[in-house]
Amino acid sequence: MKKVELIDVSKSYDRQKDVISNINVTIEPGEFFVLVGPSGCGKSTMLRMIAGLEEITGGTLKIGEKTANRLPPSKRDLSMVFQNYALYPHLNVEDNITFGLDVKKVPKAERKKRAHETAEMLGLTDYLKRKPRELSGGQRQRVALARAIVSEAPICLMDEPLSNLDAKLRAHMRSEIRRIQKRLGITMIYVTHDQVEAMTMGDRIMILHDGKIQQVGSPIDIYNHPANPFVATFIGSPPMNLAGADVRKEENVLMLTNGTQIAMPEGSLDEIAEKRVTLGIRPEFLMPPETGIGLPVFEAEVTNVEVLGHETVFSFIAGEGEWTAKWNGQWQIGTGDRIPIAVDTGSACLFSLEDGRLIRKAADRQRAVRKEGAAL
Amino acid sequence: MTMSLPKKMIFYTLLTISAVVLFFPIAYAFLISFMTGPELMQGRFLPESFHLDNYIKVFDRLPLLNYLLNSFIVSAGVMLGQLAVCSLAAYAFVFIPFKGRDFVFFLFISTMMIPWEATMIPNFFIIQNLNWLNTYQGLTLPFFALAFGTFLLRQHFKTIPKELHEAAQVAGLGPFAFFRRVVLPVSKTSLVTLGAYGFLTTWNMYLWPLLVTTNDSVRTVQIGLKQLQSQEVATDWGVVMAGVIVVIIPTLLLLFLGQKQLQKGLTQGALK
Repeated sequence: MKKVELIDVSKSYDRQKDVISNINVTIEPGEFFVLVGPSGCGKSTMLRMIAGLEEITGGTLKIGEKTANRLPPSKRDLSMVFQNYALYPHLNVEDNITFGLDVKKVPKAERKKRAHETAEMLGLTDYLKRKPRELSGGQRQRVALARAIVSEAPICLMDEPLSNLDAKLRAHMRSEIRRIQKRLGITMIYVTHDQVEAMTMGDRIMILHDGKIQQVGSPIDIYNHPANPFVATFIGSPPMNLAGADVRKEENVLMLTNGTQIAMPEGSLDEIAEKRVTLGIRPEFLMPPETGIGLPVFEAEVTNVEVLGHETVFSFIAGEGEWTAKWNGQWQIGTGDRIPIAVDTGSACLFSLEDGRLIRKAADRQRAVRKEGAAL
Repeated sequence: MTMSLPKKMIFYTLLTISAVVLFFPIAYAFLISFMTGPELMQGRFLPESFHLDNYIKVFDRLPLLNYLLNSFIVSAGVMLGQLAVCSLAAYAFVFIPFKGRDFVFFLFISTMMIPWEATMIPNFFIIQNLNWLNTYQGLTLPFFALAFGTFLLRQHFKTIPKELHEAAQVAGLGPFAFFRRVVLPVSKTSLVTLGAYGFLTTWNMYLWPLLVTTNDSVRTVQIGLKQLQSQEVATDWGVVMAGVIVVIIPTLLLLFLGQKQLQKGLTQGALK
């Protein structure tokens, strides 16, 4: 198991404008590291730079302890799974799986043994003699996965491997990949544009936007304490609600542009130097007044309602735009109603209006289940 | 496709007529090859009885087996040479990025517009100066580089997803191993098409072998046929036709066996 280190890595295609810049990150051995961002943010380019398929134009890439900038892909000790699987159409499943071993001159008996073990792990035993075109999408995906696993490379790179599967299969493969990665202890670098995949799979995630790192951290940390408004809206569904607000220290309230006043907890605005900030609050912290007893309440006009059974998601006008709230249970709310909404202001984030920096963290909301027999 | 009955009838009549017109010379040659001289003079259409005298005579009069073997060696040589040169060139044009690649490719393709006859004289001098007259290499080498073949294979190679190339790189395959173990097997249909095309064109070549052969040692079968005609004062057409039938058998066999592959290869890439 090896670590991967990127020091000041940048990439430009025309030697003038960097498409990726200032990437500094260390991916620990055995870690499941997810690169996530909207399309065109440079995450695939970064992965391909690590793989050696794309030239690094600035900075240093270290794999293990060795500088790997100029190493060819095959010398970097890694395996890769492509978005469209890249199976060899003229070889059957078994030959596809063992192709890399064959190239590395692994003896035939060993090759067969490893192929069968991997096939069993992924439930491909019945398909070993089939050609890729005779397989379904999910099976092809598993063959691609098997090909990466069988090489026993310490680092595995995956480029949106689940994006061609249907929702149900994707959920299944998500846990499967995670399970295999933990079992084999591979260092995994996983690229996705899907924030659900990032949240559920990653030990740590890196959020990229326009070729720059927005935030690196554990999924929950990023969810609770997004470093800037971009991260706040990218992670979480529905996204975090944002609105510009005036800080009124003397009354200890934030005033949104449409005049709605939100009272903040005692003393929470004392250290804020700015006059105007961006207020961010997650939909689940906008509650019905009955649940949020003691919290500040404001009234707002509802613009859209979605009842999902276990929860009700509705939007309403707040500040200069629309906010979304998520209430547990089924609520009968009509479009156009004015309803009271309680705000858990302790969970609100404040961002600087100028550079988007997080200036006030939300309170931690993690809870633990009390185990039986534990001392109270 | 569904067609109304009258339309169908018209189509089939036209098809039948053109098939008869096209196939008549071959069928007639086939029939003549069984006729004796007098029968031929009478201008008969069907021979009285099928006897193989003409076939025996043609093998007697000419080293036909020798010629057939020469033709086979030359055609197979050109076919293999073309496959090797064209596939390697096409590989470079698709998978190896270099400056001015497209320009070089179009320059290469533009040589298709130069008629082969125009290059014949310089080619002949080169072969003559190399002392390659009456040799197999003199007959085959000038045909190895084929712009059409490179184009055909390039189009097919271009349909290979680039991820396959990258996956092979990650697996540790060198450029040549990738070419041999992935590109060639995946492009089998196009290779078969080009092979059949190269074989048949060379088999039917007349002018070049006539120029570079001065004796029987490597002479091909098409020139042998011509010899049959001019050797006698009055040409024995029955014998000539027997020779013709013998010569076209390999061509027909190749067509019948490879027709499906041939069509597949030529239309592939056009639809994608």
